[in-house]
Amino acid sequence: MPNALLPICISDLGLIKGDRPVLQGVNLRINEPGITVVMGPNGAGKTMFLRCLHGLITPDQGLITLGSLTVAGSRDEQAMVFQQPVLLRRTVLQNLAFAAPWIAKTDPRRLIQALESVNLDDRADQPARMLSGGEQQRLALARALLSEPALLLLDEATASLDPASVLLIESLVKVQSARGAKVILVSHDQSQARRLADEIVFISNGRVAEQSPADQFFTAPQTPMAKAYLAGEILF
Amino acid sequence: MDALSEAFRLIITLDADLFEILWLSIRVSLSALAISAVIGLPLGTWLAIAKFPGRKFFILLLNALMGMPPVVVGLIVYLLLSRSGPLGWLGLLYTPSAMIIAQVVLITPIIAALSNQVIEHLHQEYSDTFYSMGITGSRALMAYLVDARYALTTCILAGFGRAIAEVGAVIIVGGNIDHLTRVMTTAIALETSKGNLTLALGLGVVLLTLSLLVNALVIGVREYAAKRQYA
Repeated sequence: MPNALLPICISDLGLIKGDRPVLQGVNLRINEPGITVVMGPNGAGKTMFLRCLHGLITPDQGLITLGSLTVAGSRDEQAMVFQQPVLLRRTVLQNLAFAAPWIAKTDPRRLIQALESVNLDDRADQPARMLSGGEQQRLALARALLSEPALLLLDEATASLDPASVLLIESLVKVQSARGAKVILVSHDQSQARRLADEIVFISNGRVAEQSPADQFFTAPQTPMAKAYLAGEILF
Repeated sequence: MDALSEAFRLIITLDADLFEILWLSIRVSLSALAISAVIGLPLGTWLAIAKFPGRKFFILLLNALMGMPPVVVGLIVYLLLSRSGPLGWLGLLYTPSAMIIAQVVLITPIIAALSNQVIEHLHQEYSDTFYSMGITGSRALMAYLVDARYALTTCILAGFGRAIAEVGAVIIVGGNIDHLTRVMTTAIALETSKGNLTLALGLGVVLLTLSLLVNALVIGVREYAAKRQYA
């Protein structure tokens, strides 16, 4: 089934924080399903770009459309996983039930299955905030996936997590992509980008410096900034 | 010393007069607390998450009302309920209901302002996630109230502490009438002025014990919440 939120068209996107332009003249078109990894140096504007896409921030200029929808109109079809998972002060299971009360009412077994998918079914009745960082992020992902979003956004979701959690989250992200969801992931981790990405968007100084298939980006980056970034040079 | 031992005797022997006063005090304060919590908690929560012009002014006002002198509250409620006042037809002056109204006016701003601070903090943490999950309006309001339940319990207990220890307002609108509107604080004031230190001390001991219990409960709730990462 085609993804209703594709293509994602971003034209002339601009965002100013304080007196500093964070995003300027961002033009981008994402046509294909699969996994797009957004990369770039610290402070390049990756997170702000993702937040604009999700509607958490209203840009100062420009237009974003997702299929035939606006950002606001597509909100129910989107889900986002943040770098720092925010869990409610309730049990693990109650966190899921709160996110999807309709499922909790009609098909509570699905909540347990969601916990099984992130290896947390044996923690269902524990206070969610007593889980480890990796477990909390897995729960946040399970919560985000309950609504089967057409667009899944992840902002450095695996940064500083244990390898087992990273592996599990990556495998779930791939499952979502195979299901037909569009996944856009912000990551600093080049190895992760190589493992997951179908396409790379490289952002530098608030602009899209490069958009190319992952293979091409890693073998023959087109911009000096991307080359320097891949070579491990410190960019700012 | 004699007065103090006599005061303990009154408590141990469950003296009827003392316990009548104690029961009325608790009844009035708990009734006021229930009403204030029903008004103050949603009000404080709504002010923390709503966006409208003048919101900061309302929060400022609420914080200012926290420090309102009880005698002024008593006077205002007295004027409202007195025979020539706008609510005089209700005939509530010098009844426990008038005392409850005065305490509601006193502690609602306390509960609302304290809960506002608690929920504002939680809102900063939850707002992006709630936006992402499409949680808005009454669902968000209820979620904040549920998730801040332990912190809000301490706000409510603070309100109870203020209500049970209050004297200025209830003496004006209640009149300190024996067997009708005499509560612990007004009785202590009266008995001390009469030189009857035994009953005054007995009530004082009970009041102090209640205050200690409330504070112990606050600490207990906080520790329980912190242990479960619910604080």
